[in-house]
Amino acid sequence: MHWHDGALWFVRSKRDRIAASLPEWERLRATASQIKSHTISNLPDYLEQFEENARKLGVQVHWASDAQEHNEIVFGIIQKHNARRVVKSKSMLTEECHLNPYLESRDIEVIDTDLGERIVQMRGERPSHIVLPAIHIKKEEVGDTFAEHLGTEAGASDPQYLTEAARQHLRDKFLQAEIGITGVNFAIAETGGFVVCTNEGNADLGASLPKVHIACMGIEKLIPRFADLSVFTRLLARSATGQPITTYTSHFHGPRPGCEMHIVLVDNGRSLIRDSSEFRAALGCIRCGACMNTCPVYRRSGGHSYDAVVPGPIGSVLSPTVDTKKHRSLPFACSLCGSCTDVCPVKIPLHHQLLAWRKEIAGHGLLPASKTVAMRAASFLFQRPRLFSVAGNVGRRMLRMLPNSLVYNRLNAWGMDRDLPVAPTESFRDWWRKQNRINGNGTDADRKSTTNGNAEKTAQATHASRDRDEEQHHG
Amino acid sequence: MARDSRQAVLDRLRSRIVDEVELPSLYGDDTISAVAIGFDDPPRQFSDTVEAVGGMCVQVGNLGEVRAHLEADELFANASNRCSLVGPEIPGNVQLEEIEDAHQLANLDYVVARAEFGVAENGAMWITDREIRHRASLFITQHLAMVVWRGAILSNMHQAYERIASPGTPFGLFVAGPSKTADIEQSLVLGAHGCRTLTVFVVDEL
Repeated sequence: MHWHDGALWFVRSKRDRIAASLPEWERLRATASQIKSHTISNLPDYLEQFEENARKLGVQVHWASDAQEHNEIVFGIIQKHNARRVVKSKSMLTEECHLNPYLESRDIEVIDTDLGERIVQMRGERPSHIVLPAIHIKKEEVGDTFAEHLGTEAGASDPQYLTEAARQHLRDKFLQAEIGITGVNFAIAETGGFVVCTNEGNADLGASLPKVHIACMGIEKLIPRFADLSVFTRLLARSATGQPITTYTSHFHGPRPGCEMHIVLVDNGRSLIRDSSEFRAALGCIRCGACMNTCPVYRRSGGHSYDAVVPGPIGSVLSPTVDTKKHRSLPFACSLCGSCTDVCPVKIPLHHQLLAWRKEIAGHGLLPASKTVAMRAASFLFQRPRLFSVAGNVGRRMLRMLPNSLVYNRLNAWGMDRDLPVAPTESFRDWWRKQNRINGNGTDADRKSTTNGNAEKTAQATHASRDRDEEQHHG
Repeated sequence: MARDSRQAVLDRLRSRIVDEVELPSLYGDDTISAVAIGFDDPPRQFSDTVEAVGGMCVQVGNLGEVRAHLEADELFANASNRCSLVGPEIPGNVQLEEIEDAHQLANLDYVVARAEFGVAENGAMWITDREIRHRASLFITQHLAMVVWRGAILSNMHQAYERIASPGTPFGLFVAGPSKTADIEQSLVLGAHGCRTLTVFVVDEL
């Protein structure tokens, strides 16, 4: 997965450069965070204001409590128009609601039009990243998929050639479609309109050719004022891909003449997140993906390993709110390095929330036995220094001597799919005692003071070497 | 049923009183717009940014020069279906007003349109459907040229939204550079679904 790590680090670096080019970046983040917090605290009022203004623009507004109801509403609109062909641009919400399989099982053709999502759709997979859905797929694999589905030359892997093939294929789909579904990046309470951002222009073709436009949005997508867009359009693309703005930032305020526009407002668990003072701030998320690009765990493990619609740090916060039992392991797959919190454009305290989740999950008694038993054993050992020392000694010797069949087994999750490091011959204590013997013979008091000093130095050295590693790694 | 869900969602939200956070002002002393980046020479910065996001930027005196420049451009000269949205100075053979259905624009090769203003920090230009019968023309065309007055280049998005003030039309668009994707192994490809090229003419007099 080294290339996956590298590809995302490249995006993260672009984000860093462009963020640093704005002296007011931190002020911008603080302003965005405040706007979002304000909106979430007054959400019911803003929703009503938005609905009223949207209706005045001729938009039909629908409300859905959960995913099922959302899907039923969308299907109802499609049925009313006797439509069979739908083009859809990227929308994490419809992914969350599993709209595609719902419609497909009712004989509706749903074509994802974002290139990455189309690739993933053809392969029968799920997006592994919310902004870069096909980041886990190599171009040769895309070539194979297109050869099978679009009749491109076998073995072709040139991104330019493959993108052109997808363009031709999807143009036909745009022209045939009877319904266009889009997501919503920002919905404006003050005007009743909404904004959709893309680089490819797929949402725009999908919303300007078919006669019916359905926009699906979570209720947290609201912002109070039209001018608030100035803050968020400056943050979104810079945080997502390191671009100064997306190619297309489309502002929709009502249907085209003779056409229909629908907005589906979806709760699906959002009001519950809002109830929690601990996790409420996560509703401010603008789905830029910056936390994924920077996360050392996400970069190395990939989005699919999270088994959640939204992966990465924000996904690890949001997913357990929907199904704590299923996603209970996610908050633990985090080193608490805090990098996600540092890059989040709306200042969601992601790593604090992940830590809070751990307490919550332990409190609910949802920790797996492997964790609770191991923790109790560790606690027992750590309280008994002498026993700890003996156990360490035995353990190191055993790891070197035992046959692999005993070390690598079902109980040792760390040994699955990877080799354990070779156990060192001496412990840190052994090494320390030896150093003191070599360095000579201070008094006890002296030794104590040098001990502290050295410990600090050692810590600094480790830190420096880690930084160096990181640089080399990504350089 | 839909009516019930509306009430259910609102009731759920209202059942919890959440600490009030003040909505920050965006304009005036000590606001984000007051400290936002500004440029000494916005048109020059605009031109650099347009190129950085994959567009081409050309400085010209007037629409006559835009026309001369376009006619010297193979893409425009060889285009079978051209549409001009900037007036008679730029000739076109597709009139949007005569077209009933946007699907008939499938073979559109070149569109020349006018932006209300441009933004230096990101190369974006604002255009609305106020005088455009089919906004699909902006996305379905193979190539797009935008004309923007040199005097209408702002520094940043705070100035941009202050200038728009309120939307006023069913559709408004910021466009920055040609359509693009990097969904295949992060390789940048221009011309995803929308225009393959974007040429921006910064005009002294309009």
